[in-house]
Amino acid sequence: MPWRVCDERRRRGQDCGFDIVAWVLALTEELVINSDLKAARKAERAVLNELARLGYSPSATFAVRLALEEGLNNAIHHGNCRDPGRKVRIAFDVDEKCVSITITDQGRGFDPAAVPDPRADENLEKPSGRGIMLMRAYMDEVRFNNIGNEVHMIKHNR
Amino acid sequence: MGQENLRLDVTVRDGVTVVRFLDAKILDELAITDIGEQLKAIVKRADVPKLVLDFSTVTHMSSIALGVLITLHKRIQEKQGKLRLACIQPAIYEIFVITRLKEIFQIHPSVEDALASL
Repeated sequence: MPWRVCDERRRRGQDCGFDIVAWVLALTEELVINSDLKAARKAERAVLNELARLGYSPSATFAVRLALEEGLNNAIHHGNCRDPGRKVRIAFDVDEKCVSITITDQGRGFDPAAVPDPRADENLEKPSGRGIMLMRAYMDEVRFNNIGNEVHMIKHNR
Repeated sequence: MGQENLRLDVTVRDGVTVVRFLDAKILDELAITDIGEQLKAIVKRADVPKLVLDFSTVTHMSSIALGVLITLHKRIQEKQGKLRLACIQPAIYEIFVITRLKEIFQIHPSVEDALASL
């Protein structure tokens, strides 16, 4: 997947100590990371820092943090199958009213409609399968692209 | 009893192991894997494990952490033991409500209440 890299933004990332491969030039802030959980946590912090700067409510911040964690875990584990050669792109756009986040992996995708409902009686004691449900519960909008390797989420600040 | 490690504070009260999380955020997979192994070891050591997990310091959770709790719950049940969760902050409790996991776990407002239920 060809992602255009801006050297200036890459430098900004490195100056901040990010393990971020590229900071892509766009109107929306975009980070590209390796399929690595530590890099994912740093990308999360980049988004959460923006929310803090803009005075987001504790409940909205909690929701975004949870959804980011779940979305990035899904991208790294299920999307990219922990392949260190595959990247995850995080695009985000934040203003005082809402935050929009898109997470894209380089996997084959999946059908979100085929994921079993973890709240169903028969699935209640299964240890996995709650990530997407939590994202939907905490964000105002969650949409996947056609092949399922990209999730777009919106949360309003209230 | 002293500290189990940097992530958990473990004490024994009247035969019940009380574990307090020292990480505010146990959603991180790197942390929860470590925590899960520590809890598994505690359950493995006991003939009939009785465990109270004190969530008073926990401010964030994830589905991975929920999975670890479910697995722990099953292991304890297999040994006819008992697991209680205590002091869960409202935002975290909401996750248990949304996922319906409050129907699986016995959740108490305080460690003392949890101990009294055992």
